[in-house]
Amino acid sequence: MAGAVAGVPLLLSGNSTASDHGATPTADGLGTQVEHAEHSPSATIGDIDVSRLSIDPSDFIQTFDYGEATTMADGTVVREWELIAIDREIEIAPGVFFPAWTYNGQVPGPTLRANEGDLLRIHFVNGGVHPHTIHFHGIHSAFHDGVTGIGRGDIQPGEEFTYEFTARPFGCHLYHCHSAPLKRHIHKGLYGGFIVNPDPAKHGDQAKARHPDHPESQEWQEFVMVMNAFDTTFDAGNEVYAINSVAFHYMKHPIVIDRTRPVRVYLINLTEFDPINSFHLHANFFNYYDTGTTLEPTLRTVDTIMQAQGQRGILEFSYTDHEPGLYMFHAHVSEFAELGWMSVFDVQ
Amino acid sequence: MSIEESNNPMASSTTTPQPVNEQPRRARFTPKAILLALLPLVLLAGVLALIVATDAGLGERAVPPIETLNVQQVLLPEPGMIELEVVNAGPDPITIAQVMVDEAYWQYEIAPGPTLERRDTATISIPYPWVQDEAHGIALLSETGVLFETDIPVAIQSPVADRASFAQFALVGLYVGIVPVSLGLLWYPSMRRLGRQGMNFVLALTVGLLAFLAVDMWGEAQEIALGAVGFLDAPVLVPLLVLLTVALLVVVGNSLRGRTGESGGLGLAYRIAGGIGLHNLGEGLAIGAAFALGEVALGVFLILGFTLHNVTEGVGIAAPVVGERPRLVHFAALAAVAGLPAILGTWIGAFTYSPFWTTIFFAVGIGAILQVIYEVGRLIVRSQVKAGEPAMTWTTFGGVAAGIAVMYATGLLVAA
Repeated sequence: MAGAVAGVPLLLSGNSTASDHGATPTADGLGTQVEHAEHSPSATIGDIDVSRLSIDPSDFIQTFDYGEATTMADGTVVREWELIAIDREIEIAPGVFFPAWTYNGQVPGPTLRANEGDLLRIHFVNGGVHPHTIHFHGIHSAFHDGVTGIGRGDIQPGEEFTYEFTARPFGCHLYHCHSAPLKRHIHKGLYGGFIVNPDPAKHGDQAKARHPDHPESQEWQEFVMVMNAFDTTFDAGNEVYAINSVAFHYMKHPIVIDRTRPVRVYLINLTEFDPINSFHLHANFFNYYDTGTTLEPTLRTVDTIMQAQGQRGILEFSYTDHEPGLYMFHAHVSEFAELGWMSVFDVQ
Repeated sequence: MSIEESNNPMASSTTTPQPVNEQPRRARFTPKAILLALLPLVLLAGVLALIVATDAGLGERAVPPIETLNVQQVLLPEPGMIELEVVNAGPDPITIAQVMVDEAYWQYEIAPGPTLERRDTATISIPYPWVQDEAHGIALLSETGVLFETDIPVAIQSPVADRASFAQFALVGLYVGIVPVSLGLLWYPSMRRLGRQGMNFVLALTVGLLAFLAVDMWGEAQEIALGAVGFLDAPVLVPLLVLLTVALLVVVGNSLRGRTGESGGLGLAYRIAGGIGLHNLGEGLAIGAAFALGEVALGVFLILGFTLHNVTEGVGIAAPVVGERPRLVHFAALAAVAGLPAILGTWIGAFTYSPFWTTIFFAVGIGAILQVIYEVGRLIVRSQVKAGEPAMTWTTFGGVAAGIAVMYATGLLVAA
C-alpha cells in the first residue's frame, strides 16, 4: 500500500500547516452531501458555537504550531511557545458545557511541532487554581519531566516555569499535565499533540515527506486527531467521545480531502477511563506507523487500529482511486462512535 | 364525644369567652387596630425583600446549580417513537442539551422548549426504533453535563386511550373488583345462620383482613410516594392524610350518631365498602400501570391473584348487616361501591398514571380502613360485653388471625 500512497501525482502545491486549506465546504455541490450526513438520527442535535470553544475544530485539525523560531550561532534552531493553564468552560456537544482545565483556553491544547534536533523552550504559566505541569512524551532531563514531586515538580497557581529539551526522537507524540491526581488532570483537558519531524540528513530521503523544508512534504494533507472523551458527571465514565473534543463535529462539518493528494493523520489517544480507543476508516486501507518513530510502516494495509491511552501513531492513505463522496471514519468501539466519535471525510 | 364537647376546648383556648362580647370585639377593630394587625405582614414583606436583595448576606451564589429532573412518564405511543414527560423538580432552571438512547446520542424534539424553569414540565419525543420485549435506557444530558437516566424495562407499545382499550381495562377492573366482592357477598345467607360466636368470628375476620389491607397500602403508598416529584413531598403526606381521614370520618360518624342515634350496620357496611373501594382503586392502578409499563407477563397472574384476594372483602362488607335484612339493591350498591373503583383504577393506571395522586388515594384509603376497623371493633366489643365476655377471646383472636392469614396467603399469588 505504500506504493499507492507514494504514487500520487504531485498536482497541487499544498501545505502542511494548512492555515489556507479549504476547510469550509462551499455551498454549491456540497450542500446536499452535508445535509445527508446530518440526517442520521444517531447524533447530537444542533451545532456548537465555536466562539465558546475558543478553537474551531475544523481549523484545529489542520493547525500545527511551530512556535517562535530563532537560529543560534551554531545553527541550532530554538523554538519557543507560551502555554498558559486556564480554567475554562468549553462546549463539547451542542449545548453541553464542560468545566475544563485547558492549555491556552483550548482542548486539546495547541499541536506543538518541531524538527528533530531543535531546541525547545516551553514557557508554562499556571493561570488555574490547581497545581499543574506539562509532561512531554519525548527525551529530556528528570528535572524537566513535569511530574508532581520529581525535578521541578508541580507549578503552583500563579507560578511559571520553562521546560527545555531537544526535540527527539522524531515521531507523533503528546504532552499532558502530570499533576496528582493524574486521572482528573488529564480528563479535565490538559493535553495536546507534540510532533517531531524526522531529519532527512540523519534518516535519508524517506524522511523528506515528513519534513516541511522539503518539497516532498508539500503534497500531503495533514491532520491531527486527538481521540478524547469527557466525563460530565464525574463518575469515572465518559458521556461524550470525540476527536478533538466536539461530539460528531466532523459529521456536521466534514473534513474536505483533495483526492489527488495523499493524507497523513497524526492520531493520538488521550481517552481517560476506557482502556482502549480505536480508529476505523471506511472503504479504504492505510499504512500505520506506531508512535511515528519509524519511516517504515509498523502495520501495512489495515483499516482498523487500536490505541491504549497515550499511544499514538501516524496513518497514511490516499483516495486517488476513489469516487468523490463522503467517507466515514470512527472508533470501532460502537459505543464511542454513537457517543460522538464519528466523522466523515468529504473526498472531492 | 359530641360536637359541643369538642367545641369547648377550642373556645376556652381563645382569650375572649363567648358571644356576649360581640360588641366590644367589633369596637376593637378600629383602623388603628387593623394597621397594627397588618404591621407584622408589612415587616415580613420588608424582611423578605431584604433577603432577596442581599442574598441573605451570603453574597453571590458561587455554587453550581442544583439540577433535579423527574421523568414522570415514559410512553411508547407507536413503533419507532419514545415519549418522555419530564418535570424540573429542583430549585434552578434546567436546560436539556442532548438525549442519549442506549448510550447513543439521538435526535429528539422537546416541547415547549429545552429550558425548564422550576416546576415546568416538558415532553420529549425521540424517534428511536425500540425493540419489542427488550430493555432500553434513556439518558438526558443537561447543559452542565448532568445526566438524568430512566429506563424501559420491557418495551411494549403503550395502551392508547381508545374505546377498545377502555373496554378491555374495564373488564380487567371487573374481574378484580365487582366479581370477587359480589362472590364474597353471596356468603351472606350462610352468615345469617351463624350464632353470636360465629358472627363475632366473621367480624373479627373482617378486622384482620382490613388490618392486612391497611398495612399493605401503607407500604405501597410510601413506595409510590418516592416516585412523585420531590417538591410535592408526598411521603410526608401519607401519615398526615391518614390521620386527617380518620379524624374526618370519626367526626362525620359522631355527628350522624348525634342526630340518628347509634349508626346502623348498613351504614357501617357502606363505610367498609368505601374503604375497600379505595383499596381496590389502588389495585386497579397497579394492574393498569403494570400493563402500561409492559409488565404484561405478570398481568394475567396479577389479575388472578387480585380476584382470589378480594373474595374475602365481600365477607367483610356483609358482616355488619347480618343482624339486619337489607334490601337486595343495597347489596348491589355495596358491591358497586367496593368494586367499581377497580375499573377506574385500571384506566388511571394505564392512561395517566400519577404517583402523587396515587399516594393521595392510598393515604385516604388507609384512613378509611383504619376508621372502619375501629367501628367493626366496637361492634364486636358491644356484642361480647352484652354476653358478659371479654372482647378478646380465642374466637375473636382466631378471626383476626384467620383474616390476616387468608389475605397474606392469597396475596402471595399476586406477589408471584
